[in-house]
Amino acid sequence: MIYICDLCGEPDSLSYYEYVKPIEEIVKSFGREFKTIHYTALSKNKPEKNDSFILCGTALMDNKFLEDSDKFRFIMDTEISVLGVCAGVQVIAKIFGGNISLNRKIGMTKVIKTEDDPLFEGKSEFEAYELHNNSFDAPDDFIILARSESGVQAIKHKKRVIYGVVFHPEVRNEWVVCNFLKIYGTV
Amino acid sequence: MKLGVLFSGGKDSVYACFMAMQKEEVSCLITIVSKNKESYMFHTPNINLAALQSEACGIPLFEYETEGEKEDELEDLKSAIILARESYGIDGIVTGAIMSVYQASRIQRICSELDLWCFNPLWYVNQNEYMVSVVKSGFDVRISGVFSYPFDESWLGRSIDEKILQELKILSEKYKITLTGEGGEFETFVCDAPFFRKKIVIDNYESSCTNHNGTFIILKAHLEEK
Repeated sequence: MIYICDLCGEPDSLSYYEYVKPIEEIVKSFGREFKTIHYTALSKNKPEKNDSFILCGTALMDNKFLEDSDKFRFIMDTEISVLGVCAGVQVIAKIFGGNISLNRKIGMTKVIKTEDDPLFEGKSEFEAYELHNNSFDAPDDFIILARSESGVQAIKHKKRVIYGVVFHPEVRNEWVVCNFLKIYGTV
Repeated sequence: MKLGVLFSGGKDSVYACFMAMQKEEVSCLITIVSKNKESYMFHTPNINLAALQSEACGIPLFEYETEGEKEDELEDLKSAIILARESYGIDGIVTGAIMSVYQASRIQRICSELDLWCFNPLWYVNQNEYMVSVVKSGFDVRISGVFSYPFDESWLGRSIDEKILQELKILSEKYKITLTGEGGEFETFVCDAPFFRKKIVIDNYESSCTNHNGTFIILKAHLEEK
């Protein structure tokens, strides 16, 4: 099962339509079933072994997910495939020990691949939409897959299928989510 | 949370307002009136009728005029939002942006500078599902401008119903235009919406079109009970 996780400050928020629904649309158009869950409900219903987990972004003013990052610690010891988008990659970086720092960016940026990986198959550079308050240092267990002028744009766990992208793939780069789903399908 | 909706009177800003009202409190509509007909951000036919739409739905209108110079108009938008915040105590802004990174990123920046929330509830919406919802939810949306082939004068003033939606779907596939008019292919004016207490009735209009470029200007309209 593919779990899409809503990281907005409250369940059923107005931001859901902007940060979660577009990801749902991509998964739907890829022909996969999914279940959307707000992060505050993870204690009752969370992905289990072999599931896939996509963590969505939030509004710029909404950074509650960082205070609540402990709710995502199960990722560290559950064999699931993960894609963190914007807020999602910040959560991943934080729970694995990466340092989060202020770096507000809004708009298009050129993303340049730094490591070959199926996530960016066939693309060495592309324009992407970023909308974030923070950057991070890649945690020790991760490699950097792509960068832009403003810093790290994509990371991957060295041993597991755990990806994170700083940019928003739902804007003009839906193929990144599709590639993740293809990778998940082969795990 | 109190929100101000960037309001053009077209279907996207009205529908975004409708969505925002279901989750938060919409305290005002913010309309930027651009003197520049080529404005990237704000120009739209019938913007002067936003006041009548505001009266129809009972949400106050905050109107701000701009010369419409390309980057200056962003400063004007910022000034309008600051004044709207002073008047209505809003915590955030709602827009009807669907896919325009140009529009959305500029408004995101302004909101970020002002520590305001920014909501784009139609962002990357499934355009077919959205248009079906517009038709089925009780909106009366008129085509108020056409700006690309194959649209002509016959489209001006028409209400978007299921029949027109079918025609739009065929044209969007054939000519690679967006179903929502997001690419500027056509513009709309909303006469009625589910949250309007009264509906707008058009009494008199002026319609003109040359080379697939035309406008439907409402000269006189009034409100009627629904």
